[in-house]
Amino acid sequence: MFLKPQTKKPEAAKHTVDPALQPWVEKYRPKTIDDISSQDHTVAVLRKTLQSTNLPHLLFYGPPGTGKTSTILALARQLYGPANFRNRVLELNASDERGIAIVRDKIKNFARQTPRAATASADGQVYPCPPYKIIILDEADSMTQDAQGALRRIMETYARITRFCLVCNYVTRIIEPLASRCSKFRFKPLESTSTLSRLSYISSEEHVGVSNEVLQTLVDASGGDLRRSITYLQSASRLAASTQPPTPITSVDVLEIAGVVPDHVILKFASRLGIEPSGDTMDIDMSTQKTGFDSIREEVRLLVREGYSGTQILSQLHDLTIMHPTLTSRQKARCALVFAETDKAFCDGGDEELWVLETALRVHKALAA
Amino acid sequence: MSLWVDKYRPRTLDSLHYHAELTARLRALASSGDFPHMLFFGPSGAGKKTRVACTLRELFGPGVEKIKIDQRVFMTPSKRKLDVNIVQSNFHIEITPSDVGMYDRVVIQEILKEIAQTQQVDLNAKQRFKVVVISEADSLSRDAQAALRRTMEKYMSNMRIILCANSTSTLIAPIKSRCLLIRVAAPNEDEMSRCLNEVAKKERFDLPPSAAQEIIQDSNGNLRKALLVLETLKMQSPDLTGPLTIAKPDWETYCHKLADMILQEQTPQRVLDVRTKLYELLAHCIPPDVIIKTISNRLVDNVAEPLKADVIHWAAFYQVRMRLGSKKIFHLEAWVIKVMSLYKHFFYDVDLTGDFED
Ligand SMILES: Nc1ncnc2c1ncn2[C@@H]1O[C@H](COP(=O)(O)OP(=O)(O)OP(=O)(O)O)[C@@H](O)[C@H]1O
Ligand SMILES: [Mg+2]
Repeated sequence: MFLKPQTKKPEAAKHTVDPALQPWVEKYRPKTIDDISSQDHTVAVLRKTLQSTNLPHLLFYGPPGTGKTSTILALARQLYGPANFRNRVLELNASDERGIAIVRDKIKNFARQTPRAATASADGQVYPCPPYKIIILDEADSMTQDAQGALRRIMETYARITRFCLVCNYVTRIIEPLASRCSKFRFKPLESTSTLSRLSYISSEEHVGVSNEVLQTLVDASGGDLRRSITYLQSASRLAASTQPPTPITSVDVLEIAGVVPDHVILKFASRLGIEPSGDTMDIDMSTQKTGFDSIREEVRLLVREGYSGTQILSQLHDLTIMHPTLTSRQKARCALVFAETDKAFCDGGDEELWVLETALRVHKALAA
Repeated sequence: MSLWVDKYRPRTLDSLHYHAELTARLRALASSGDFPHMLFFGPSGAGKKTRVACTLRELFGPGVEKIKIDQRVFMTPSKRKLDVNIVQSNFHIEITPSDVGMYDRVVIQEILKEIAQTQQVDLNAKQRFKVVVISEADSLSRDAQAALRRTMEKYMSNMRIILCANSTSTLIAPIKSRCLLIRVAAPNEDEMSRCLNEVAKKERFDLPPSAAQEIIQDSNGNLRKALLVLETLKMQSPDLTGPLTIAKPDWETYCHKLADMILQEQTPQRVLDVRTKLYELLAHCIPPDVIIKTISNRLVDNVAEPLKADVIHWAAFYQVRMRLGSKKIFHLEAWVIKVMSLYKHFFYDVDLTGDFED
């Protein structure tokens, strides 16, 4: 990678924040599409569009923290450069009013303007600056059906001078006629090697020492969400640096920061439900083995008092059950049904205490049967 | 004169009594300018708000305690006017979404944009950013949450958000991805006892261990409740000895009576009686989730072992229905009838196990 020549105008500096004061997720937001970790297919296709400067309408979708917003912003920046970015790119997100009126008015107006002639870039670099504008509709899944409907015509009519990029988490909320007008790119949860290398890069830039074990814990705890793992890394390192004398980051710190329920807690809970700990974890105190309703309720009450989130408990209980060496497939299948129902309930506003208890009771029953 | 809960609320991170590790973590985070967005979660009365206030104080110094309340007018998309009271200092602003009902997205966005566009004017301010505290974040509408997504990233240079919630499961994944999650567990018995004794010492009286124990048992980890109870008891019987009766809140007694009614008789007439009582609870703004949980907790204490899981199952089932639907009473009532029918069948020894599986 090349360093950009630094010929910034003095007043531009006023608005840029000192990077030392920015949380790392922003500080390390990819500047070019080559900085995007993972997502190789998407990056490869987009790199070609940089050369040919021809771009279809785009639809990016995928779970949080996988690089969707970063990718389109980096691409737009590489296409137009700082001088033309402002008049060629319109970014609207869910915080902007995007009802049907705005679509018909603001978006349409921007879409039909003939792109202004490219101005020379102050930073001395040459940008492709293709003869169309880009409208980025970030978080497009929160646009109403009507508003999306109104977009259809605009996308078609002004396709020659305006390209759209829709970005969303939930692709099913984009109406089919819109989705079918776009090239779709799915952003996958980052695989662990990419997360690992990005995290090591950041930690070396920030001069924090992290062991491979800690990095691995960070990867496991964040489930393919790079943004989350970066936040964990940052707060773990702040914590480690604040002790006197500074200590290295430990995996235990990371797990606590990530809100993971400690193993012994979840194993004890599981054993109440009839999931016996497998071989190597026999050191858990199982002496007070009772499995009646009251003991399960008590256990749930304690878990809730500790404040562990319902979704976290559910996902760890799920992993424990599904990976369990001795439960039968039939038992696992019954538990899986319970977990699925609870997950749905949580999304629909299910009360955490009530539903953790319900899950516990049903798993208990499924295993007893 | 303020209540003890407020009077002795710790104001700085150093004076927080428990979760020392968490306190150290917050201090470490507050010591540098690259403070992330945060989401505090945990059971109520565990001290989330207190911890947030202490963190703010650590970030900005005593200035954050100079609070003013502004009356603001917001315009909804349908051009209706909305009066909202906003609590703020020079460094932060507090919003409770339930105060503004279904317009939470509009109000929050207005406030965030305004903050993002104004730079910190106070040159002596310790931080470049202002903090927006959103309490009861679990009640943020989907719309408001969706709108927070990109805003949280775009305005990061001069604004940070601190969300406070009892549970995180109603928050959408993209929001959780953008925050550092901070779990605030309820204090354990020792920790609670230390807090109670601390207050007793400051009020210059002796807290007998038996009284402390009783208060702690009653409060189930809710320190706010424990302190309120302590103060009430102290007023009732100044020496705090002898048998103490911790008065249950009216609505709780009412819920218990309701549970007993369900078990005494299972007839259409009884359903009507129960309904009147449910309406009354709702009319007193007792949250329906709390109603269903309190009643079912009482029920399972009084039914036979094989029925307990069923009572919980249907409570859970109808609690979600309530969230999805719009008429709370329909689902509460349906649940009551379900429980009655289960109970009656069990009593007459009819096998219902097949019914439960579907
Ligand atoms: N593939 C990636 N490569 C490099 N950095 C990434 C990648 N994905 C995420 N990040 C990091 O996470 C941050 C957030 O990424 P981004 O905003 O692109 O996520 P997103 O996919 O748009 O998520 P959301 O759906 O929540 O909006 C970036 O600032 C960057 O630090
Ligand atoms: Mg995004």
